[in-house]
Amino acid sequence: MRQGLFPLSGLSACLAMLLCFASITLHVSPLWAVEPGEILADPKLEARARELSSQLRCLVCQNQSIDDSQAPLAKDLRVIVRERLVAGEDDATIMAYLVQRYGDFVLLKPPFKFETLLLWLMPFALLVLGAFGLWRVSASRAQLAASNSEALSEAEEAQLAAMLAPQKDQLGQKDG
Amino acid sequence: MIIEAGHYALVLALALSIVQASVPLYGYWRRQPVLMDMAQSTAVMQFIMVALSFAALTYAHVVSDFSLRNVVENSHSTKPMIYKISGVWGNHEGSMLLWVLILALFGALLAIFSRHMPQVLKSLTLSIQAWISAAFFLFILLTSNPFARVGVPPMEGQDLNPILQDPGLAIHPPLLYLGYVGFSVTFSFAAAALISGRIDPAWARFVRPWTLLAWIFLTLGIAMGSYWAYYTLGWGGFWFWDPVENASLMPWLAGTALLHSAVVMEKRDALKVWTIFLAILAFSLSLLGTFLVRSGVLTSVHAFASDPDRGVFILAILVFFIGGSLSLFAFRASTLRQGGVFAPLSREGALVLNNLLLTTSCATVFVGTLYPLFLEALTGEKISVGPPFFNMTFVPIVIPIFFLMPIGQLLAWKRGDLLAAAQRMTVALIVALLFGLALAAWHGEPVLAAVGAGLAVYLIVGSFVDIGGRIFVRKASTSQMLARGLGLPRSAWGTAFAHAGVGLSLLGLAATGWGVEKIVTLRLGDQIDLGPWRLELTKIEPRPNSNFDALVAQIQIRDGSGIVTQIEPARRLFKTRTMTTSEAGIATLRMGQVYVTIAEQNADQSLDMRLYWKPYVSLIWLGGLIMTLGGGLCLSDRRLRIGLGRAAANKGKQKPNAQPHPVAAAE
Repeated sequence: MRQGLFPLSGLSACLAMLLCFASITLHVSPLWAVEPGEILADPKLEARARELSSQLRCLVCQNQSIDDSQAPLAKDLRVIVRERLVAGEDDATIMAYLVQRYGDFVLLKPPFKFETLLLWLMPFALLVLGAFGLWRVSASRAQLAASNSEALSEAEEAQLAAMLAPQKDQLGQKDG
Repeated sequence: MIIEAGHYALVLALALSIVQASVPLYGYWRRQPVLMDMAQSTAVMQFIMVALSFAALTYAHVVSDFSLRNVVENSHSTKPMIYKISGVWGNHEGSMLLWVLILALFGALLAIFSRHMPQVLKSLTLSIQAWISAAFFLFILLTSNPFARVGVPPMEGQDLNPILQDPGLAIHPPLLYLGYVGFSVTFSFAAAALISGRIDPAWARFVRPWTLLAWIFLTLGIAMGSYWAYYTLGWGGFWFWDPVENASLMPWLAGTALLHSAVVMEKRDALKVWTIFLAILAFSLSLLGTFLVRSGVLTSVHAFASDPDRGVFILAILVFFIGGSLSLFAFRASTLRQGGVFAPLSREGALVLNNLLLTTSCATVFVGTLYPLFLEALTGEKISVGPPFFNMTFVPIVIPIFFLMPIGQLLAWKRGDLLAAAQRMTVALIVALLFGLALAAWHGEPVLAAVGAGLAVYLIVGSFVDIGGRIFVRKASTSQMLARGLGLPRSAWGTAFAHAGVGLSLLGLAATGWGVEKIVTLRLGDQIDLGPWRLELTKIEPRPNSNFDALVAQIQIRDGSGIVTQIEPARRLFKTRTMTTSEAGIATLRMGQVYVTIAEQNADQSLDMRLYWKPYVSLIWLGGLIMTLGGGLCLSDRRLRIGLGRAAANKGKQKPNAQPHPVAAAE
């Protein structure tokens, strides 16, 4: 295993490994992530390395990117990413290499393919469906309101006046 | 003896909850008011029993009674007292006991503060509440008994997971549970309304304070949890889209939608079916969260349980309550009459749009959280759904909400004038634009941070446009304006503050783009520039403690004129579990924070460090506090204190022959 300027001591390496496997730490990483020794001299390459690392999952951890994880495996992956960047590979090639080696599981952004169709489309499909449903409801409501607002026939007017008359009296009395 | 009493009290609570669940329901069916009234006294007794039980477990933890398995596995005699107490719920069994304690607390509160509620609604609601508590009492007693003894008590315990030995544990779970479980009340209200078939604006008014209460605590709980993660994790992240976090975010989104749709129902008698559905949804998602966290489906620091029996039991509870309530909903919803009609461009219309966006965002979190589980169960294929997914789906759905929030406040009920509302927003837009430009000029790249900050300022200023328009009128003197401001309903102020709180949090989030990060190795006396500050490593020293040994680094922070403050990041080695944790050194300066974590000391005495300057980061949580302040103001509104319920009850007293309250008339 390649070691940086900041080698984990045997004990804490075992511990980190254990913790990660036992998943006690989860996203809670009390130890250490990117180490000073790993950082590349070229700031542009380093920025790309950080960006890539934040998209890659630490495979033995719970929902943690290799950029944030202290597990030895995450460190190995960070080093691999940086080595390949230094060798001049582009981002897509590096990602493809890691996916080929570890499967889609390594990608924090799931790929868009048949199995993830529902995952990617559901949010927006729901939004469109919801908006469409609302539009339909509001249209039918408007129609209903329009049909209700038609002028009353003379007979209905008279009926209404008769119904309202006693109430008006009452109101008048109360006011008085 | 105390332990046995506590255990027995829990069994009694179960018995009481079964009585409370069945007798009032039977009384409703047979129209026996006396039987229905039993719900109140049993609810109070039930709470007292659970409280006794909880007190007994707390006692065992405080005196380190190592004859209890729960204490052995999670405590140690040298553990500080605060963690002995908070350690009661720092484990699966204890946290479930806290869950039912809060459930019973809400039941008792409901029984005590519902004197003015119609009897049918009150007793049915309490009965449903007892169904829930009975299920969870059974769960605890059958699968997760905190009072189990060990055959041969050891001399010493195994100590609490060091990550949990933090003041956060004392605050975060109780707040979160108050929120989660608070939604059980709205759920019970919804089920009661469906059973009795009476749902009207009065119902919405009775439910509103409970929804607000749950929402306030959930907001506080999430904000607190996020801050806890932030300062324990060591790289300053505060939201990870972890399934456990998502589990608390989903009920919050549904609950927020519910708060808004209930307003429409209360004021305009519309959106009834939808409001009832949201009330069911909010608690269903709370239950789902409990299932995800407690069953061990997601292995995580929060999931203390790894026993599959427990998972299956909670799944059964989940299916029973969600399935039952949704069937009831499907069966009854069609009988609900729709009320007030409104134009699409109106306050109601804006609130409907708010609900569409909030529920869609909630569904997005739901899909993102559960999809990997289902995919793996169905095909065996493993995928990860991480922050990049949510940034691409959740964020674009939520952003429009921020735009619409201030405008919606300005639209009138029934039929609004968008143009007039837009005109009134001009001030907010101009201020936001200037602020965004100023920040961009000051902090520079990235542009996205300035755009986000501008949106946040628009939201903050826009939240007060409505209130401003109601206070500042032409030809009014200062004292008149003051009087006008004080005379406004508290809920108007509450709305403004809650919305402005969202804006503040957004400002803090946007400003993360301007953060500075440095990963360096420093020796004693080394200095380094970090944003506007200069940091110097002035001391490295070991500090032994009762149950851990710490390595502490002292760092002085200076600005141009001299020393501002100092921080002490540390590493702690816990003796019992031989586990190391990192304590960040944090100083809050000008709303931002200097954040430093250290690694083990190198052989040459130098120290590897991560240093961050995070401008305005404290606004993220300050915004959460302001949001809850707004919620509190709404809760104290006159309309809720002197509710329609009391008015109706008084009317009933004065005129015995008068038509009783519509909900009471249901029987």
